[in-house]
Amino acid sequence: MTIRVNGKEITLEKSVNIDDLLVIAKAEAPLYVSVQLNENFVKRQNFAVTFVKENDVVEFLYFMGGGER
Amino acid sequence: MSLTDKQLERYSRHIILKEIGGKGQQKILNGKVLIIGAGGLGAPATMYLAAAGVGTIGIVDDDRVDLSNLQRQIIYQTEDVGKKKVFSAAETIKSMNSDVKVIPYAERVDSKNIMDIIHDQDYDFIIDGTDNFPVKFLINDACVFLNKPFSHAGIIRFQGQTMTYLPHQGPCYRCIFETPPPPDVVPTCKQAGVLGVMGGVIGSIQATEALKYILGVGHLLNGYLLIYDALTMTFRKVQINHNEHCTVCGDIPSITTLIDYEISGCSWKRG
Repeated sequence: MTIRVNGKEITLEKSVNIDDLLVIAKAEAPLYVSVQLNENFVKRQNFAVTFVKENDVVEFLYFMGGGER
Repeated sequence: MSLTDKQLERYSRHIILKEIGGKGQQKILNGKVLIIGAGGLGAPATMYLAAAGVGTIGIVDDDRVDLSNLQRQIIYQTEDVGKKKVFSAAETIKSMNSDVKVIPYAERVDSKNIMDIIHDQDYDFIIDGTDNFPVKFLINDACVFLNKPFSHAGIIRFQGQTMTYLPHQGPCYRCIFETPPPPDVVPTCKQAGVLGVMGGVIGSIQATEALKYILGVGHLLNGYLLIYDALTMTFRKVQINHNEHCTVCGDIPSITTLIDYEISGCSWKRG
């Protein structure tokens, strides 16, 4: 099945949960990534029980500081 | 008050735009923008706003110019190293455009002073140019409480992102990120590096949002996070919906006062 993660298509052999997807998609500091699934936020406590399906659109949103120093 | 001949000439490229005109330029001259953090983002944002003729620009920063700042903080010159950033930036703005009144605040924002600083000139729009998460959350919460629009942004390596908060029109920063990450989990520019020009790209977008807000033209970045990747030269505009469970702007907010998150041991703590 194919899903979109941060604008890129990813092909998966089977449906995975958000925790696994963070690893597969090589998210940086996965404990601190906010996740949107089809434009809805997924609560962190639901990462393990939320599975992606065909054509889902997933956004990993990262903290970004920087600027001042 | 009408524009002087000198102003008609100085701002002629604005005035010729049908979205601005003389009336719009007058709005810009009456505009008041507060820039918190006079660094990689704040420096270019401040310069473009000053050149545009924003009448009142407040700048908050308690830092001094460091040699390592000059690679990206283009408002400072080599001879400014060691000077307080806000006073050095104020000098530059004064020589750029005498239409601008600069209000320097040589202090670090915290829960005790941020409301007073925003109220000081009743700023129209706030730009978050800070480097750290405790202050990013503080600015967000203060703007939510005071119903003030602001532009959030961050830059690191070859990436940048920005969003605009408009009161009651879409998400705030906490709708996306609930609470600051522990220190050293998310790299800073000092640790990870940043291409100097990233602040120019993203800071200029923040200045654009401030001007559009003052002018009341176009669509702002409320409801979106704009993510820029310089290596692939792509911009992605990710739609973000208001989070009804948001702890500060959601249906039942649990945060009703400002919080000073502090670095303590291995986690940010409420100070």
